[in-house]
Amino acid sequence: MSKSKADKYRKVAYYPGCALEGTGHAYDRSTRQVGKALGLDLVEVPNWNCCGAMEAKNIDPKVQTYLSSRIMSITANKMGMDVVMAPCNGCYHNLKKAEYDLAHDPKSAEVVGQLAGKAGETAYQAGQVESIHALEWIKSAIGEEGLRERIRGGLKGLRVANYYGCMYTRPRHIFPEKDAGPGSESTAKPHFMDDLLAAAGAQNVEFALKTACCGGAHTLSDSDMSTRLVLNILQAAEAAGAEVIATECPTCHSGLEMHQVRAEKRFGKKTQVKIVYFTQLLGIALGLSPRKVGLHENVSDGLAALKRRGAA
Amino acid sequence: MPIHEKSLIRPENLKTHEQLVVDGVDVSGHWSTFIQSRVVTDYNEALQEEIAALPGGEYIHRCWQCGSCTNACTVNAVNPDFNPRYWIYLVRVGMESELLRDKDIIWQCVSCNKCTYACPRDVAPEGVMKALSHWLELKGHTRKSPSMIFDEVFTDQVIERGRIEEGRIIQQFFRRTGQALGQDWLIEMGRRLLRRLPLGLLMRLGLAGVHAPRTRGWARSRAALREYVAQEQSRQRRALGLEDLIEGARRDAAGITHG
Repeated sequence: MSKSKADKYRKVAYYPGCALEGTGHAYDRSTRQVGKALGLDLVEVPNWNCCGAMEAKNIDPKVQTYLSSRIMSITANKMGMDVVMAPCNGCYHNLKKAEYDLAHDPKSAEVVGQLAGKAGETAYQAGQVESIHALEWIKSAIGEEGLRERIRGGLKGLRVANYYGCMYTRPRHIFPEKDAGPGSESTAKPHFMDDLLAAAGAQNVEFALKTACCGGAHTLSDSDMSTRLVLNILQAAEAAGAEVIATECPTCHSGLEMHQVRAEKRFGKKTQVKIVYFTQLLGIALGLSPRKVGLHENVSDGLAALKRRGAA
Repeated sequence: MPIHEKSLIRPENLKTHEQLVVDGVDVSGHWSTFIQSRVVTDYNEALQEEIAALPGGEYIHRCWQCGSCTNACTVNAVNPDFNPRYWIYLVRVGMESELLRDKDIIWQCVSCNKCTYACPRDVAPEGVMKALSHWLELKGHTRKSPSMIFDEVFTDQVIERGRIEEGRIIQQFFRRTGQALGQDWLIEMGRRLLRRLPLGLLMRLGLAGVHAPRTRGWARSRAALREYVAQEQSRQRRALGLEDLIEGARRDAAGITHG
C-alpha cells in the first residue's frame, strides 16, 4: 500500500445509492459510523441519481452508462474530487463498467455526451474519477495494521464466511487494478474483506462460495431459483463452520436474508448461520454499540451470535 | 461449424431393433440403437444478424464454441438444459426452430457474469442471453418474462424520478405479474424485522413510501432518456423486420387505418 493512496482515500466522495436508503439502511449507517471511528471523511455526492442497478442495462446498456457517469461527473465537476466510494456492489460495478465503456467504446462516449448535453450537464470524461468499493477504501486508507491499532474489543474469534458475490469481481476487464500483483485484490479469490475482518479479530473459515451467485437479479422474478442458489451458499457456510456470513453488498445481503426465510417456509430447509454486513462487524470490533451499526435493522439476528462470543 | 451436438438428436429419431440379425449374428436390443438421420431445411440465415442488432448480442460472431460459458454457468449447474454455448451455436448456424425449443428458460440467466469472466473471446455471453430474451419477446415467441417486467418497472421509475424506492418497485412488480403481496415468506420476514425495528426507522421508511425519493432538476434528463430509449427500440424493431411503433403511432394519429 503506497502512502499516497492512503492519503488519497482519507477524504472521498460518497455514493450510497438507492438500496442504502431502503433495505440496506444498516449498511449505510454502519459505513458512515466506521468511517467516523477510523477518522475518514465521507462527503455525500449531492443530488445523486440511481446507477441503473442490474435492470436499466437490460432496457438499454447506454442508459446505465449515462446514469452511472452522471455520479462521476458530479464528483469531478461539481465537488472537485477525484475518488468516489460506493459500498454497494451494484453501484460500484456500474461505475467501473461506465468508466471502462467510456474509455474503450467511442459509441458509448458519444451517446453519453449527447444525453448529458440534452440534460444540461457536463459530460463525464473517462479518467477524471477513480471509483472504489468500501472494502478498497478501508483497506487502503487504514489497512490491517491501522485497524489492529484501533480495535476495541475485537470479534473474539467469531467464525466468519466472507461472501463477496458477483459484481465486485466480474467481469474482470472492468477492474484493471485487480489481479495486479502483490497487495492488489484478486478477482478469482478476493481477500480484502477476509484481511480486514481477520485484523478485527475474526476467524475466517475456508469458504469456497465467496463469489458464487445469490440470484440477486431475479430475487423476485425467479424466486425459486434464487432460493436454491442462496440455500447452497448458506449450507456451504454452515458446513465450513461459520457462525456468520459477512456481506459487502445490499442486494446480496437482503437476498441471503430473504431467501433464508423463504427456504424455511417453502422448502422446509432451516439454516442457522447469521448474515451481517462487514461494516457492522468492523464497527462492533471498533467498540461501537450494536445499535449504532444498525444490527437491529437486520432480518437475521446477528447480535445473538456476537453476544455468544462476548464480542457485543 | 461441424460440431457434434447431442441436443440435436430427437428421442423419436432413436431407433432400436427388437429382433435383428446381421450376417447371422443376433444384434437385437438396446445396443443396436442408431440415430435416424433428419434433414433440417428451415434455417434463418439472418438470425445471427438479428441477435447482433440487439444490445448485448453485438459480439456473438466471435464465439469459437469452447464452452467456457456453459462450464462456468450458475444456472446450468441447477438446470443442465440451460446451455449458453449451445444456444450461441444455434444462432450462428441459424437453427431457429431448435432454439425455440428452449424459449421458456433462456430468460432465467441471473447475470452473474461468470460466463463473461471466463470467455476467452470476449463474446460477453451474459449480454447474448439478454439479447436472446429480447429477441424471443419482440418476435412474439414468448410472453414478457417476469424478469423483463421487473426491468421495465425498475427502469421506468429511474427514468421518471432519477431514483427508485424499493417498496414501490415490489408493489408494482407483484401487481403486473398478478401475485399477491401477502406471500407467507414476505410476511414472516416482516414479522422478524418488526421484532427489533425502532419506531424512528419505521417512520422514515413510511415517509419514503409517501414522498418518493427523487433527483432534483431531473426533467431534462428524463426527456433525453425517454427520447433515446424510444429511438433505440424503434431501431431494434426495424432490424428484426418488425413494424416501427413510432411510424405506426404516427399513422394512427393521422387517421390512416392499416391491417
